[in-house]
Amino acid sequence: MDTTSLQMFWYILLGVLLAGYAILDGFDLGVGILHPLARDDRERRVMMNSIGPLWDGNEVWLVVFGGALFAAFPKAYAAAFSGLYLAFMLLLFCLIFRGVSMEFRSKRPEKLWRKFWDVAFCASSTLATFLFGVAVGNSMHGLPLGADGDFVSSVRLVQMLHPFPVCVGLFAVSAFALHGAIYLNMKTEGELHKRIRRWMWTCFWLFLFMYVVVTVFAVLAIPRATASFRNHPWAWIVVILNILAIANIPRAIYLGRPLRAFLTSACVIAAFTFLFGLALYPNLIVSSISPEYDLSIPKAASTEKTLGIMAIIAFLGMPFVLSYTAVIYWVFRGKVVLHDDSY
Amino acid sequence: MDVEVLSRIQFAMTIMFHYLFPPLSIGLGLLMVLMEGLYLKTGDRQYHVMTKFWSRIFAANFAMGVATGIVMEFQFGTNWANYARFVGDVFGSALAAEGIFAFFLESGFLAVLVFGWDRVSPKMHFFATCMVSLGSIFSAVWIIIANSWMQTPAGHIIDPVQNRAVIVDFWALVFNPSSMVRLFHTLMGAFILGAFFVMSISAFYVLKNRHLDFAKKSFTIALIFGTTCSLIMMFSGDLQAREVGFHQPAKLAAFEGVFKTKPGPTGMYLFGWPDTENETVTGVEVPYLLTFLMYRDFKTPIMGLDRFRPEDRPPVKIPFMTYHLMIGLGGFFVGVTVLASFLLWRGTLFQTRWLMWVFVFAVIGAYVANQAGWVSAEVGRQPFIVYPKVVQRADGMFDMIGGMRTVDGLSNRKVVVAGQVLTSIILFTLVYILLFAVFIFVLNTKIQHGPDEPHPPKEPVPDGVPSGSTGSAGTDFLNAAATLVDRQGQTLASNEGENKKEEGR
Ligand code: HDD
Ligand code: HEM
Ligand code: HEM
Repeated sequence: MDTTSLQMFWYILLGVLLAGYAILDGFDLGVGILHPLARDDRERRVMMNSIGPLWDGNEVWLVVFGGALFAAFPKAYAAAFSGLYLAFMLLLFCLIFRGVSMEFRSKRPEKLWRKFWDVAFCASSTLATFLFGVAVGNSMHGLPLGADGDFVSSVRLVQMLHPFPVCVGLFAVSAFALHGAIYLNMKTEGELHKRIRRWMWTCFWLFLFMYVVVTVFAVLAIPRATASFRNHPWAWIVVILNILAIANIPRAIYLGRPLRAFLTSACVIAAFTFLFGLALYPNLIVSSISPEYDLSIPKAASTEKTLGIMAIIAFLGMPFVLSYTAVIYWVFRGKVVLHDDSY
Repeated sequence: MDVEVLSRIQFAMTIMFHYLFPPLSIGLGLLMVLMEGLYLKTGDRQYHVMTKFWSRIFAANFAMGVATGIVMEFQFGTNWANYARFVGDVFGSALAAEGIFAFFLESGFLAVLVFGWDRVSPKMHFFATCMVSLGSIFSAVWIIIANSWMQTPAGHIIDPVQNRAVIVDFWALVFNPSSMVRLFHTLMGAFILGAFFVMSISAFYVLKNRHLDFAKKSFTIALIFGTTCSLIMMFSGDLQAREVGFHQPAKLAAFEGVFKTKPGPTGMYLFGWPDTENETVTGVEVPYLLTFLMYRDFKTPIMGLDRFRPEDRPPVKIPFMTYHLMIGLGGFFVGVTVLASFLLWRGTLFQTRWLMWVFVFAVIGAYVANQAGWVSAEVGRQPFIVYPKVVQRADGMFDMIGGMRTVDGLSNRKVVVAGQVLTSIILFTLVYILLFAVFIFVLNTKIQHGPDEPHPPKEPVPDGVPSGSTGSAGTDFLNAAATLVDRQGQTLASNEGENKKEEGR
């Protein structure tokens, strides 16, 4: 492969990793968001254990995304992470608390102890999701990238909270909550299951509402979002398919096809990731100061040699990753049953 | 304070905290493979119980490792952006490979190891345990390769236009001069830690007269493993030190407190206190030793720090102290494990109470040795973040060519300012103290609870019954919750170990 197609390959592969992360960790973040709705200790444990064996593997998608971004587009990795310093730190604290809260929660019987980790679990899941959304919103908006490839100044947390990113943040929360509810619908039974079906509908309406808000906002206020359709008219197909998929979610729920609903909502998330990548293309970070400073794919990329080596690593590694991920999802299929090894 | 100092403090703090957990995963992982392998081979239920007990501790430790590891992955971007730009081409691929080859493997099969006891066959479960162990070793492999490249860079050239290192030979990068030596040494360090960890808890049970069969068997496996690794460590440490001497002579000089180059053989301090003002060391010195260890003769002098330009010299105090601490502990490990093996052979080991007490606490030494080793390696690398080429001139002075200085690796100072880093340091401190306390508390709960009995009466768990009808389910939960509460701390193993209820705390 030549340099340009290798760079393109990695741009796409990063998109795939991001979509994989959003789909997989999306449902366990969603379970975290919905966690306070559980009524008693057993229900809370059921919810946590529904993702117990899976969340860590899901999070690795993010870790690999980070590593791949570092290796393939080091300049984008460096500029974005240093520029959004405190936001990233906050995200890291969320991820820390999420992981340990599941591990520690049920290890002690004291009420206060469990309450503490329950709150940590929900708060960190919700905040992490919100921050992901805010980051996406800000990338669409453009970040203060200067001539030297760094931000011109540090971006404070409050500066990131423009109305559009906040809307995208809320949208992300609603989307993951819906995704999580659909997942729980597959994994639970009995009374909890009945209530989850109700949450699922509520989440769906919230999601639909946020979807409309974000779309209208993007069309009116974010020129980049509409420009990408002018340049790539075929992208309308994705939008239409996406709308059909969104419409299929209530249909599948209504028809009592939990797995189908889940796969559909996974497709919806993948479509959003795709549209996001397309809006940025051919850049990784768009400068809000001048288009000249945009960090484009060739500008940010590593050398051809590195991209080639990493492509080999990916080709060797990914089949294994996908096959044992499949095996593990298979081993832990079916409804959650609590036993003595559970969280 | 300056961003440089703050970023370094933050990096040191977060990596040292992270490195509390991986070595135990690596060491304990391999020990669990041994235990479960013995179970499959002998069919002795005790080994099954053993694997299960240690796997719970493994899981808690692993969760901490994961939570703190994510921080590391992103910190190169947040605090060391210019470094990330400089090394991305060579360094990034190792991180990405770590994710793809190691973390997926580890996290995936850990699920089977911890939650899959009833879901897969014993053979499949053993396979999962092997994969978890392999995965944790792989993650060490890639990260150590990345780190070794920073210590002894190879396989790259510097692109002056973009000011970055560019890969030319992948295998030269992977097998850079120090990577395999360092990998071997760190793995041994992790194995020693795993062995001492198991011995510590087992010795505690022996002393308290609890779970005796379990404790003695665990101790024996760990002791054999630990003795072997401690002995190998002597050999590995020697390799490691010589590798440092050849490629990073300034670091070796700092380790050994050689301030001035003197003609003739150089001695080695067994312990001492370096005085950096007057450039002297007060302590117990064995003549000839350093020269002998380094060159296997009795005449070649070791180059001192005076042969390096002042701006190229590493600090001395910290590397000197931590390095000597590590070696001292290495000697101590050989001493106690060999003694214990001898007593085991004589059959009096478990009656030697004082030695059991030593083992209860020796695990702290293993943690300290691992940390101390890293602190010497990393502080001794200063003031460079990517070590330069070292060339000796005709007049005996050393030139340091290329590389990257730690100051130059920081993020843009306009973007990441001291206040931000200070904020994150404070938050990390608070969060890590909290996590550490919680981790110790949970660990203690598990240790006090102890292993399950080998022949559990397999009845359905009260809360394991899928809730059927809506009406009565509520009260069922209450009952289940009540049982949970009065079994204090036994929530995990609520169907077994009834007879040990009094030990529940
Ligand atoms: C249980 C842990 C442990 C023990 C007993 C020892 N080490 Fe070690 N040592 C490590 C754990 C460790 C480590 C944590 O794994 C390090 C940190 C960086 C590295 O490569 O390995 C290390 C680094 C390290 C370095 C620095 C490498 C560098 O700067 O590049 C040297 C020279 C030695 N060791 C030498 C020794 C010697 C001569 C020992 C005598 C027995 C010894 N170590 C025992
Ligand atoms: C591949 C693994 C590692 C990499 C890539 C790495 C890289 C770095 C970097 C970038 C710094 C900051 C610059 C500096 O102050 O020198 C640093 C410093 C440091 N690292 Fe490492 N490190 C690794 C492993 C470790 C481990 C496992 C430990 C110990 C537990 C450790 C201990 C330290 C310490 C103590 C410092 C501070 C040195 C100082 O401030 O003078 N490192 N390392
Ligand atoms: C600065 C360097 C380092 C980085 C960027 C890093 C990154 C990470 C990340 C992201 C994870 C979480 C993986 C997951 O989600 O499953 C992790 C865990 C782990 N890391 Fe590190 N790490 C570093 C240093 C080290 C070193 C020096 C070792 C071993 C010698 C090591 C061994 C492990 C292991 C075995 C795990 C699995 C979790 C555990 O066993 O506790 N890491 N690391």
